[in-house]
Amino acid sequence: MSFAAAFFYLFAAVLVGSAFMVISSRNPVYSVLFLILAFVNAAGLFILLGVEFLALILVVVYVGAVAVLFLFVVMMLDVDFVELRQGFLQYLPVGAIVGLIFLAELVLVVGTWISGPGVTVTKTAVMTYPKGNTHAIGQVLYTDYIYFFQIAGFVLLVAMIGAIVLTLRHKANVKRQNISAQVNRMPEDAIKVVKVRPGQGI
Amino acid sequence: MEIGLSHYLTLAAILFTLGTLGIFLNRKNVIVILMSVELILLAVNINLVSFSAFQGIIVGQIFALLVLTVAAAEAAIGLAILVVFYRNRGSIAVEDINAMKG
Repeated sequence: MSFAAAFFYLFAAVLVGSAFMVISSRNPVYSVLFLILAFVNAAGLFILLGVEFLALILVVVYVGAVAVLFLFVVMMLDVDFVELRQGFLQYLPVGAIVGLIFLAELVLVVGTWISGPGVTVTKTAVMTYPKGNTHAIGQVLYTDYIYFFQIAGFVLLVAMIGAIVLTLRHKANVKRQNISAQVNRMPEDAIKVVKVRPGQGI
Repeated sequence: MEIGLSHYLTLAAILFTLGTLGIFLNRKNVIVILMSVELILLAVNINLVSFSAFQGIIVGQIFALLVLTVAAAEAAIGLAILVVFYRNRGSIAVEDINAMKG
């Protein structure tokens, strides 16, 4: 077994194991942590394939943003997660049967595919990028797929605005700054000039 | 033994099945369902990237990048809806999400 094959089996085994723990773990915090482990191992697989840019994006975006968001929400909501696990064993037999059939079908399809005319599938995944993987992606992404890139940006913008609009709320009893009232204030409203004579007071 | 395309496709199939199984088993917990959707999208990404790497066509990686974007947006919106729902109803159980049943 070659070095790369050993690492493939290592990453794949940890990936499948942590994915199993994501769906079967009792505590959702553990689920999120195993999700992070799964994504890091998928990034390792991508690096084995020579796809370095996507591997690092996977770590940055998923571990840095999405998984932390999940962790934040799990810890913020005060939910009885044990109660939510009711019915796990009830659904287990049917779910396992459906899952096994589904997996068998998928593996049968994967095992017997042939590539179409004009498509060459190489034996190994060694793609050579003369100036690096990131350079090669940029050459295609910013030219042929520029509209897709822009639309992805709009999707993120809509997601950002949507998340803010959904969760923003103004409480009635919280004092807020009224900027127009502050700006419209005149010196006459606020200051009274008083001439004080010596020895008399006001 | 050389690691070929079929190895990666089988791995993605296993991951996809685990994701769907997670939706089946954790029918009451929306957070774990969202995490299962993330696993399914990861399996899709592995498929796209391995086809891209073994065929020498870089377009699959562009598609994987777009899938990644959509997955991040979906997680953000889904969790925001979840937080608003919890604020209104005090629960995130799937059976309680039936206000639109009429």
